[in-house]
Amino acid sequence: MDEQTVKRIQSDPNYVKLVAERKSFGWTLSIITLVIYYGYIALVAFAPGVIATPVAGAITVGIVVGAAIIVASIVLTGIYVVRANAHYDELTKAIVNASAAGGK
Amino acid sequence: MARLIKSSLLAASLALAGSAAYAADAAPSAGVDWNALIIFAIFVLLTLGITYWAAQRTRTAKDFYAAGGGITGFQNGLAIAGDYMSAASFLGISALVYSSGYYGLIYSIGFLVGWPIIMFLMAEPLRNLGRYTFADVASYRLQATPIRAMAATGTLVTVAFYLIAQMVGAGQLIELLFGLPYLVAVVLVGVLMVIYVTFGGMIATTWVQIIKATLLLIGATLMAILVLNAFDFDFNALLVKAIEVHPLHAKIMLPGAAVANPISAISLGMALMFGTAGLPHILMRFFTVGNAKEARKSVFWATTFIGYFYILTFIIGFGAIVMVGPDAIYHIGGDIAKGLLGGGNMPAIHLAHAVGGDLMKGFIAAVAFATILAVVSGLTLSGASAVSHDLYASVFRHGRGDEAAEVRASRITTVVLGIVAIVLGVLFEKINVAFMVGLAFAVAASANFPVLLLSMLWKGLTTRGAFVGGFAGLICAVVLTIFSPGIWVAVLGLSKDGAWFPYTSPAIFSMPLAFLCCWFFSITDKSAAASRERAAFDAQYVRSQTGIGAEKAAAH
Repeated sequence: MDEQTVKRIQSDPNYVKLVAERKSFGWTLSIITLVIYYGYIALVAFAPGVIATPVAGAITVGIVVGAAIIVASIVLTGIYVVRANAHYDELTKAIVNASAAGGK
Repeated sequence: MARLIKSSLLAASLALAGSAAYAADAAPSAGVDWNALIIFAIFVLLTLGITYWAAQRTRTAKDFYAAGGGITGFQNGLAIAGDYMSAASFLGISALVYSSGYYGLIYSIGFLVGWPIIMFLMAEPLRNLGRYTFADVASYRLQATPIRAMAATGTLVTVAFYLIAQMVGAGQLIELLFGLPYLVAVVLVGVLMVIYVTFGGMIATTWVQIIKATLLLIGATLMAILVLNAFDFDFNALLVKAIEVHPLHAKIMLPGAAVANPISAISLGMALMFGTAGLPHILMRFFTVGNAKEARKSVFWATTFIGYFYILTFIIGFGAIVMVGPDAIYHIGGDIAKGLLGGGNMPAIHLAHAVGGDLMKGFIAAVAFATILAVVSGLTLSGASAVSHDLYASVFRHGRGDEAAEVRASRITTVVLGIVAIVLGVLFEKINVAFMVGLAFAVAASANFPVLLLSMLWKGLTTRGAFVGGFAGLICAVVLTIFSPGIWVAVLGLSKDGAWFPYTSPAIFSMPLAFLCCWFFSITDKSAAASRERAAFDAQYVRSQTGIGAEKAAAH
């Protein structure tokens, strides 16, 4: 990609929008994942007793939280895909088309 | 302790006598398990057929390394799950739950949480920037020779650790099932994997993964259903029973002694989460799909399949405690004190027999073996690609060699890696496979992940920073691992005093060190090359975000 094309795409408002939105959305979801997981690891490390506390019969906090983290991971990646399919792909298409038109 | 075991055994045998529902019909046969052998033979024939078919379609380097870029997101998601759900996950985690209870589930959870991070920060740029190996991405705007040398080293060390775990699992499994000597078993795995990879390349490897992932998901689902069925689908009743019969009783619900130290717990957590994002054979899979959108879909499907599988490990692990632990027929000489037949990694196999008799055991054993075979193939292909595409083509030939020679180099490397895998499998026969995989993850998190992430996201990264940072993380992780009790005492058999690194995983030190070195040696790099590399970031970033100029899928 030559410097001129790079400059042109960088000044495309769709590109600015795509990068800004994807960056903030991606990092928000990453931070949510990190907080969930390291919150769990902190429990394991500093309060192992809580992990073994029963919530219903022999089912413990650790079992429930563990299963919830797995489900949350799937749901979070799903949310990202839905948003990316609906929104980012359109922006990307517009940028690619504009770039192809501008290059001619 | 002896009394503890005795009393729990008594309770267990009473419990078993009272409930014939899940008592096995017969003791596992000492000789060849024909069910397993036949099911496994069918798998091998089928996959060899696929290899033959794939070999006809493997003409270019792109076919060999990236299956021509024509795999769909769903297929790739299944193949990633196949690559990722190794025998270490299946046999190792159920073995850890069997021996220590909840501790094993920390692995199940940690193994999954890297996937959302890959999705949010890495999958799309990775696909848009790379061609065959993750070194393509890391060296996109940096100097090829040092960065590829570093990435190839990181790849080979990770692959070596991971291969050990798989080969050991395979050897123990075949020894138990077919009565073949451990060495013969390990050689058999090595030979089959070399055939898949050298002839069928990525196309064959992908389809082997897809078939194996499907079989493993079916097998694990069946086992979980059969276990729950014995408890009228009451998970709570299963746990109550597990606490009752396990020698540690209620302590099995605690996180366990191995993470009793907070630093060990956090360090292991870091290795599992970020190691996923640095595994070369997984990263390579992103180049088999046509575009960033398919890469995204791959991660979603992979996360779904892998997450589902790890939920099943909860049931399978505790099921093994209840149905295998107290049953003398699964122990050496019928004596529970002497340990499990076939070694400590075998609870899942015995559980299959306990819930479904010989046929189920044969099926699960064949699936586990297929799992190992598929994973070693993926690992070997990524190791061979690092040698041929990164070292041979870029470092030694400086990009001037032809494609055919590069693929030839890859095939030769595959044979060499097959031999290395056999030797390592023999040397490390006694190790716990999940522990070994933990170490592979620590290296991947410390050497590959920091360099890859920064090269895609941080403009300031220079060749010097990436080179020093990558090697600092790699060396730190390996050295700390060697001097930890898990290797120094358990594997090398040396005195405890020499094992000065007390923690389960080195990642809490080695990963930040890698990031720190990448940062420091980049910002202090005032060379002209460094400013050119920073200036080249913008073009790289535009391509990583939009896919303009990215590798297209080949028209097949």
